[in-house]
Amino acid sequence: MKAKIRWAKDNLFKGYFNSALSIFLITFFAWAFYNFFNWLVIDSVLLGDADACRQASGACLAFIVDKTRFIFFGFYPETEIWRPIIAIFIFFIITFYSRLKSRWNRRLLYNWMYCGLVIWLLMRGGYFGLVKVETHNWGGLPLTLMLAVVGMIFSYPIGIFLALGRQSKLPLIKYLCVAYIELIRGVPLISMLFMSSVMMPLFLPEGYSPDKLMRAQVAIIMFISAYMAEVVRGGLQAIPRGQYEAADAMGLTYWQKMRLVILPQALKIVIPPTVNTAIGMFKDTSLVIIIALFDLMYTTKASMQDSNWLGFSVEAYLFVALIYFVFCNMISRMGRLFEKEFR
Amino acid sequence: MRFWNDRKNRAIIYQLLSLIAVMALGLFFYSNTKANLEKQNIATGFHFFNRVAGFEISESLIEYNSEDSYLRALKVGVLNTLKVSIIGNILAVILGVFIGVCRLSKNWPLAKLAQGYIETIRNIPLLLQLFFWYALFTEILPGVRQALNPMPGVYLSNRGVMLPSLEYNPVFFYMGVSVIFTIILGYFLKRYAKKVQDQSGKQFPHVLYTVLVLLFLPLLIWLVGGMPLEFNLPKLQGFNFSGGVSISPEFISLLLGLVLYTSAFIAEIVRSGIQSVKKGQEEAAKALGLKSYLVLTLVILPQALRVIIPPLTSQLLNLTKNSSLAVAIAYPDFVNIANTTMNQTGQAIELISLIILVYLSFSLLTSLFMNWFNKKMALVER
Repeated sequence: MKAKIRWAKDNLFKGYFNSALSIFLITFFAWAFYNFFNWLVIDSVLLGDADACRQASGACLAFIVDKTRFIFFGFYPETEIWRPIIAIFIFFIITFYSRLKSRWNRRLLYNWMYCGLVIWLLMRGGYFGLVKVETHNWGGLPLTLMLAVVGMIFSYPIGIFLALGRQSKLPLIKYLCVAYIELIRGVPLISMLFMSSVMMPLFLPEGYSPDKLMRAQVAIIMFISAYMAEVVRGGLQAIPRGQYEAADAMGLTYWQKMRLVILPQALKIVIPPTVNTAIGMFKDTSLVIIIALFDLMYTTKASMQDSNWLGFSVEAYLFVALIYFVFCNMISRMGRLFEKEFR
Repeated sequence: MRFWNDRKNRAIIYQLLSLIAVMALGLFFYSNTKANLEKQNIATGFHFFNRVAGFEISESLIEYNSEDSYLRALKVGVLNTLKVSIIGNILAVILGVFIGVCRLSKNWPLAKLAQGYIETIRNIPLLLQLFFWYALFTEILPGVRQALNPMPGVYLSNRGVMLPSLEYNPVFFYMGVSVIFTIILGYFLKRYAKKVQDQSGKQFPHVLYTVLVLLFLPLLIWLVGGMPLEFNLPKLQGFNFSGGVSISPEFISLLLGLVLYTSAFIAEIVRSGIQSVKKGQEEAAKALGLKSYLVLTLVILPQALRVIIPPLTSQLLNLTKNSSLAVAIAYPDFVNIANTTMNQTGQAIELISLIILVYLSFSLLTSLFMNWFNKKMALVER
């Protein structure tokens, strides 16, 4: 008790100004929380239709309840909804299983590949009596997760190679990598997405252009790789010269030196910025709405335009903000876990 | 020694191979593009610049109507992007520094509030925040006739924010000239103060004099000029406002979203920058008898800024690039107008190259400015 009073004295009531500020802020918190709680719980409508919502002064949770399936899964056929649910569960289980460093071996890599294959088959269908669902019907959370996870899986190694290329002693390779990284980092992601939707079909022979989802995925990978390269470069520069020289003195080849000595240390140092880049990418997947892919943001916007439920955009935005918040938090927690594992 | 075992030979071969690969890829893309464009009957080149654009732009810093050329439309876009990025960057830095300092406050509720703000804003996509603010300004705010009127002359409605504007008077021009004159004067005063201090060790209070002149010279001119102060108040006429300055809901929600989002990142940068200065530095400076503002300006800030400026630069660039999200809420920025032009003319390659070029030059300009600032601020080491 004494310690608590002491804490309050130091942190809340040190001087007149501090005391006044503390009292004002705490009152403000209480007031804001009270109003928000009333809006969200006491005055809200959980069951009912839009008219019931309009009469109530609180949040229209009924709208969210009614639209949850659409927001999460978009235009995926209603009878097949169990497939994306199982796919997401598989993804969560394998991610949770891989959290410990001691489990990182070749077998886990194969398991990831199997899981990826199973998820793809499950989502796409067309085999084993499953109805085929084309990618343009995929939507909502599975799409957002796929863009982010596949983006990360590919851009991480590409980023490492680009960073190595940037540090290379071969001038041509160095300048090619520098040009790529600086060019991509200089433009907004939207222009890359426009490029994928408009320019990429021009670049490829007619009829060979992949579908829009795939093209957007390629654009995201290209974009994030450049940022990943800069993150990895930070790690490479933080390794003392002695490590490079010692590896050379041991007679290791370039690739042995990088694989066994430099990269394990460099990648460990840059775990925090890597996690930040991953979070950034997860948030950035929301931009695919601009080229009309049905990600989480699109399904939310689309459900707000339902003529039965007009005027509840605040509820919908808060709901989807919560989803993004939870996932970003999960990524940063995982990052902290990795930091602990690798210490 | 075999040919393959010579490191120099291998280096040349690797580089040749990568050059051939890149060139082959480029050639492959080039030939496909050429074939595809011929099939679609699209002529390459920038001839479309002079054609009539034919679309309206809701807000513009220069004269524009739908009869003007594409080139002029794109210029409007560049100016609109510059407008939102420059104002946004300035506001984001101010707010970010403020929140970063609050985050380090010894007052517990204030620090927690700042922390909660940072965590929430950083974990929600910017696009979602933009949609939210845009919905707030266009759906939640009342129509023009029931516009909120929090202060005399200020109206909030779903058509945006209306503010009173100052009636122009030549006296304002001379006040502006006097401000520029004072800044030049301040520069020479600073040089003089340094000279005095170097020669005699006495301190010449040049900052005080400059601030005094800066405050009183324009005021004097204003008083002599007959104290012109006429406001042009927005008035409700029919279905819309006339007079005053109007800020569109698109612009204000884009600005608000960008500033709030970027300020959370800047706050974290400022916090880590200030925390990177060891406590002993402050104590040592105090022990030397420096006044508290000198401790801050001569000891803490130069060291903190060294850590702050490089990541701050990339945040400023991020804000500029993120302003391209304007396309989602229909603010006519450069990407938005380039996209409209692309849809109308089909000149995808030219326009996307133009987007890349414009943003690259923005990035370069910001980097140059920040590098210059960084060099000025960096500690000169022995």
